[in-house]
Amino acid sequence: MNRPLQTRKLLTIVCEAALEKRLEKELPQFGAHGYTISDARGSGAHGRRDAAWPASANIRVEVLCDEAVAEAVVRHLETQYFTSYQLVVFLSDVQVLRAEKF
Amino acid sequence: MAKGIVTPSRLFAACRIVFMPFEPVILFFLLGALAGLIRSDLRIPAVLYESLSIFLLLAIGLKGGVELARYPVSELVFAAACVVLAGALIPLIAYPVLARLGKLPRADAASIAAHYGSVSVVTFAVGSTYLIGQGEVAEGYLTVFLVLLEFPALMIGIWLARRGAPGSDWGKVLHEVFAGKSIVLLLGGLAIGWVAGSEDLKPLDKLFFDLFKGMLAIFLLEMGLVAASRIGDLRRAGWFLAGFAIVMPLVSAALGITTGLLLGLSVGGTTLLATLYASASYIAAPAAMRIAVPEANPGLSIGAALGITFPFNLLVGIPAYHWLATTLHGVFA
Repeated sequence: MNRPLQTRKLLTIVCEAALEKRLEKELPQFGAHGYTISDARGSGAHGRRDAAWPASANIRVEVLCDEAVAEAVVRHLETQYFTSYQLVVFLSDVQVLRAEKF
Repeated sequence: MAKGIVTPSRLFAACRIVFMPFEPVILFFLLGALAGLIRSDLRIPAVLYESLSIFLLLAIGLKGGVELARYPVSELVFAAACVVLAGALIPLIAYPVLARLGKLPRADAASIAAHYGSVSVVTFAVGSTYLIGQGEVAEGYLTVFLVLLEFPALMIGIWLARRGAPGSDWGKVLHEVFAGKSIVLLLGGLAIGWVAGSEDLKPLDKLFFDLFKGMLAIFLLEMGLVAASRIGDLRRAGWFLAGFAIVMPLVSAALGITTGLLLGLSVGGTTLLATLYASASYIAAPAAMRIAVPEANPGLSIGAALGITFPFNLLVGIPAYHWLATTLHGVFA
């Protein structure tokens, strides 16, 4: 039997690797059931982030969650980190199987 | 041939004179910097950077631990206290200079002061290697000073930035510093070396001691690449910070030589202490400051510490401190 696809939010955070430990601690506190972190490189308002050494390393954090959790995390990031840290945050709608996991 | 004409052989001779007192490992740093400046596609993989730093920290710790076993610990306590107290003066001197003369915002001045008060393990490694090349013996317990000097300046820097501001999370900061890999590996290596002693560590000598210089060379190649990539930061930082990045290590080195002489260290030990004081942290301090003083611009502190002070110490500083320590030892000892 094919289970139906359901809509959830995909929250993506691209930020400096220095924030990894903090986000790992905070995301579950806001109700996220899980997350995926990968190393990232790129360029933007703060110049090139080439991951040549820890101070220039970026990470990409992806969280599948419902809208309320996504909203809470985004607000938290906005107040806590937007002024002093380098990060980009965006939300998109995605179709998932087993929506209860997220 | 007319006088003053630069011939290849004269140029070569001049290079030999300039580089003669230096360690060949420094040439790897220059190669890395050159590769960065000409935008070569040379890249040291991040995992290799991590692996090499783990190796270097452990090896330095082990070496120090083996040496430490030769000295009674009680003899060291007084010297260590003096070294840490004198070292604490460095961020306290740097901060007002940066804030008043340089007119830098409080967070930036405090963060840069912390970088200069803390120490660079790689500069220490190059200093030790240089001294061995010069046939100079340094007290083995200098590694203990290296460990002890890493964190007080970070605490002072955070205090300078946070004075009067409520809600600074010291627990997080202390954890960041003490559970950080550099302290864990240096202290761990020291403990293992101290407990095991040189005889029991013999089977590990080939890996940790014989290969040390080669590993350091590759690490310096990477640091050259990274330093070249910070040139942009330096342009934004301006002339004041560039000047500070050269004058501050000289002031700190003078403090180190004075402390070394007063404590009765050997010429090698005095040189290495001056090198420690003169060095600026660009691995542990940026990580700690990013968490504890996030409003400080890391481009300024890393640009100055890694872009100017580190190469300055390698190329000019260490031989100069050695010369000064030798001269003053001749006068006072």
